[in-house]
Amino acid sequence: MSRPRFLVTASPHLRGPATTPTIMWNVVGSLVPIILAATFYFGIGALLVIGSATAGAMLTEALFGRKGSLGDGSAAITGLLLGLILPPGFPLWMAFIGGVVSIAFGKLIFGGLGQNIFNPALLGRAFLQAAFPVAITTWVEPRGGWLTLPAQMTSVPFMGAGDVDVVTSATPLGLWKFERIGTELWNLMVGHIGGSLGETSGLLIIVCGGYLALRNFLNWRIPISIFISVAVLSGLLHLIDASRYPSPLFMLFSGGLMLGAWFMATDMVTSPVTNKGCWVFGAGVGALVVIIRAWGGMPEGVMYAILLMNALVPYINEWTQPKVFGTRLTEAPS
Amino acid sequence: MSPRKLPQAPQKGAEVSAWRLLATLGGAGALAGFLLVFVYQVTQPAIQAYKAKVLRESIQEVLKGPARWDTLYVLDDALTPAPPADANLATLERVFLGYDEAGDPMGFAITGAEPGYQDIIELIFGYDAESQLVLGMKVLSMKETPGLGDKIEKDSAFVAEFEGVSTPIAGVKPTRATGAANEVDMISGATISSRTVIAIINHKLERLGPMLQRYMEERT
Amino acid sequence: MPRKTTPRQDLTRGVWRENPVLIQMLGLCPALAVTNTVVNAIAMGLATFFVLFFSSLLVATFKRLIPSEVRISAYILIIATFVTIVDMTLEAVVPEIHKALGAFIALIVVNCIILGRQEAFASKNTVPRALLDAVGTGFGFIIALLLMGGIREIFGYGSFLGFPLFGANYEPWIIFILPPGGFFTIGFILLALNWWQRRQEERAKAAELAEVAVGRAA
Repeated sequence: MSRPRFLVTASPHLRGPATTPTIMWNVVGSLVPIILAATFYFGIGALLVIGSATAGAMLTEALFGRKGSLGDGSAAITGLLLGLILPPGFPLWMAFIGGVVSIAFGKLIFGGLGQNIFNPALLGRAFLQAAFPVAITTWVEPRGGWLTLPAQMTSVPFMGAGDVDVVTSATPLGLWKFERIGTELWNLMVGHIGGSLGETSGLLIIVCGGYLALRNFLNWRIPISIFISVAVLSGLLHLIDASRYPSPLFMLFSGGLMLGAWFMATDMVTSPVTNKGCWVFGAGVGALVVIIRAWGGMPEGVMYAILLMNALVPYINEWTQPKVFGTRLTEAPS
Repeated sequence: MSPRKLPQAPQKGAEVSAWRLLATLGGAGALAGFLLVFVYQVTQPAIQAYKAKVLRESIQEVLKGPARWDTLYVLDDALTPAPPADANLATLERVFLGYDEAGDPMGFAITGAEPGYQDIIELIFGYDAESQLVLGMKVLSMKETPGLGDKIEKDSAFVAEFEGVSTPIAGVKPTRATGAANEVDMISGATISSRTVIAIINHKLERLGPMLQRYMEERT
Repeated sequence: MPRKTTPRQDLTRGVWRENPVLIQMLGLCPALAVTNTVVNAIAMGLATFFVLFFSSLLVATFKRLIPSEVRISAYILIIATFVTIVDMTLEAVVPEIHKALGAFIALIVVNCIILGRQEAFASKNTVPRALLDAVGTGFGFIIALLLMGGIREIFGYGSFLGFPLFGANYEPWIIFILPPGGFFTIGFILLALNWWQRRQEERAKAAELAEVAVGRAA
């Protein structure tokens, strides 16, 4: 994006202290506790997966991005978030490719920061999901040993690991969808469960996301409207048939909902600009999550829910545009 | 009516009669029809032969090499080897009863189809009505995810699970297997595709099972 | 009437410079749908080539007999006839490939490359030139499909024409054999093609400027 020569806005003008780099590096800081939690639960391998994804993202930005765009921190966030939504024990070379795809096809191809339609990290995850469906659905058991790396993780680039036995565990959502087995709520909240690296500990994500919301670096209306929409819809379904549809609390704390709602749906570039639009956007994400989880083929739907709503953001912006003060509500007939 | 007999192309701007338009299209259509009938006559034997070959091979596989088999038609909740002459054979549901060398029945081969993860999964399975055991299963067509869902066809361990399993089949995760006679280990990561295969067989037998049994009893 | 072209141009035009898929962006449906292996791409390419060739032959031969009011219907009738012939022949001769291509054989009828060539060229030119044009365009289509099929098979299966390239341990990129892979591949190809074309143009411009400068200096 070339810098516009004249900024045409109505007076008075105030220059806020928050610049793009300030916000971005604050987000990076708030992700650190989540990364540490992932390392605590899944061992040193978690750091390697997140590191590979981040390296892929930052390298691509440095090579093909505009000069100096690496410093704004957005590529680092994309890489970290992508790493956090990958399964533990994911082959490192695939994580690296995910980072490259996120930045190259999620962001740079649209023209760089501010121009992309879809959340780059989720786009990279969607690519990996379609490209390597087996690797991305292999969930390694948490706490398999702090320093042990699963064999498939360090496989040679472009090669599989052959037939190796890994101790896998299903995610709570998978257990529910395919076997109707529930998970204890406390384990779900603190993150002692199978799942992607950074999405297991819901409580921690609330703390980190809450910090950003308090400092006004993310629009709190988006996560809140997602939670309300998910809670209401899944609550209704739960009342209709509790044996088929899990409780709202389970829905809120399982899978990638917490991480997605706080850190990905709130991406400033790909979410609506108006506050009213944010409510619409969040409600839509929540509804899609419930629909995909309840009736879809896959156990989890946060990724596709956010990506689909990303595509609708231009329309939401248009519908919720505030009326300019002083204009009539309707054109007078001439 | 050949286009050659038609008058030469009219002058530009001249009114073209509706008859000429009809004649041109009709003539071309007739020619095309003749051509297609000819090609159909030439290719049909080969197409039929291939379809018969596929059917023969799959029956051989799921019934473990029968010497011959009969085609039975499902009509009014019963099996009949000879449907009435006015019935449309192509639309009737069929099962195949295979016999060994001595002429003793070996079991039924039954086809079924239901939607899987991506598209319809079509399969054929062998079934022994007396012991109520599935003899074997073969996927005829599917478009499941390569490397994951397509294991229902390509994973020989999964296919072998169906040999001698009792019905109705229950799909279980390998880690939760109890060793019961009706258990089939599902493919991890391809739960939906594995489930569909099991569901196709169970649903078919739910409906056809009593008929097959009755037919075998009446036979003796 | 467009500018007169030489027979040589009729033949070579469609192969690369006006490639139906890569430049004109026609016939994308089969180019995206059935190019996940090289064999499928070749089969689809040859089937389309056959239909295009014989449709052009018939349309150019009978162009004076077809009233312009019903010409589109007549072209479609001719095309559909040959498509049905191809469909039956493939099913009889190579049933496995016929199964893999599925409905897309029948959909050759609505491939706009074929109807486009009839309307734009065969119906206005002599039989030999219509055939040259059909051969060129048909080859262009095959080349585009081969490019797509090659890339997608190498990534998606790690093989070319069924021969494994990277050993048994290769981790296939499943996305390339799924429909999204078709879009990705054509995107990559067009990106590379446009980048190359732009570079050529810039170079030509730079050379021209240099020549002018040299001329002025002299």
